[in-house]
Amino acid sequence: MNQWKNFSKGFIKENPVFVLLLGMCPTLGVTSSAINGLGMGLATTFVLLMSNIVVSLVKNLIPEKVRIPSFIVIIAAFVTIVQLAMQAYLPSLYKSLGLFIPLIVVNCIVLGRAEAFASKNTLVSSAIDGVGIGLGFSFALVLLGSIREILGSGKIFNITLYSENYVTLLFVLAPGAFIVLGYLIAIINRIKKN
Amino acid sequence: MAKRESTFINMVVTLFLVTGIAAAGLGFVYDLTKGPIEVARLKAQSEAIKQVLPEFDTLGTSFKTLAEEGGDSLEFFPAYKNGRLVGTAVQTYTKKGFNGFISIMAGIDEAGNFSGYSVLEHEETPGLGSKMDVWFNNPEKPKQFVIGKNPNNTNFTVSKDGGDIDAITASTISSRAFLDALTRAYSSYEKNSDATSGLTGN
Repeated sequence: MNQWKNFSKGFIKENPVFVLLLGMCPTLGVTSSAINGLGMGLATTFVLLMSNIVVSLVKNLIPEKVRIPSFIVIIAAFVTIVQLAMQAYLPSLYKSLGLFIPLIVVNCIVLGRAEAFASKNTLVSSAIDGVGIGLGFSFALVLLGSIREILGSGKIFNITLYSENYVTLLFVLAPGAFIVLGYLIAIINRIKKN
Repeated sequence: MAKRESTFINMVVTLFLVTGIAAAGLGFVYDLTKGPIEVARLKAQSEAIKQVLPEFDTLGTSFKTLAEEGGDSLEFFPAYKNGRLVGTAVQTYTKKGFNGFISIMAGIDEAGNFSGYSVLEHEETPGLGSKMDVWFNNPEKPKQFVIGKNPNNTNFTVSKDGGDIDAITASTISSRAFLDALTRAYSSYEKNSDATSGLTGN
């Protein structure tokens, strides 16, 4: 398979957020600011890469009937590693994302890629798939987070753009996440149609 | 490359190995990060103490005390300048936040007024309740400013409940929780002020 295609499909064609609509819980939950989206996206990318690598390595050693619990244990181990490392070296990011990091375990993108891709493909393809999908996810979260942060708190990456008196608070709250996501999906579908 | 068959023995052995290796790996990482996590926690704590208290040179030994009506204990950090007590930082909390638990470091100066506060942990709504780290700290809005006041000379409830402090716009619950944490710090501080002043001689 063409590895570049394998890598780039995560951005638009198979973007986990805009096209596959997987992993909606962290998507809607953490994207109240761009930096949170970026942190969550990169943490998920790391977990995706590592779990894809390990799953593709052990795919032939794991009996069919226990593959899901085995994959989940592998994923959970990497998520806990991310959580501990972030707590130790990036405490301020951990403070704002703390609650959502353990939830990467149940993010269906990670298990989805392990099950649908890594358990059927070679090590190299799986690693590239993990990074591609992970960066596509990060890209979607940053885009969503930026739009919500600009509209909802008048800032981007914590740099003030305009006064807080004119912001629409709705956008940093849950309904804002749904509205922005809906419009983004509509725009992407329109672009894809052409 | 044939997959391993799903016999009972194969499944048990596989699951055992997968969990065993994962546990060993996690134990290793935990050991590696234990030190830095503790350092980061203490750094955040001491920065918060510096921020909420008037200038001091030494920090006395911290002590814990049981909160009123049971619950978790509060931690006290007495601070001294030239051997004289200048204030006490109290790590207080509330469980009444919009999303539950909030942890706050509150500074109380020698006159018994709040000298500052710093929100350590919270899960309040971004853009609403999360504004509490600046809202109650704004000297230009005396009605919402808590510094220099204490629950004995000011009614520490939101104005909606008949108190003297203006709540954060659209975040009455977070504001009530914030004041609850400060009141808890203060009443516990008052109870312990004998113990604290006993330490002044050091």
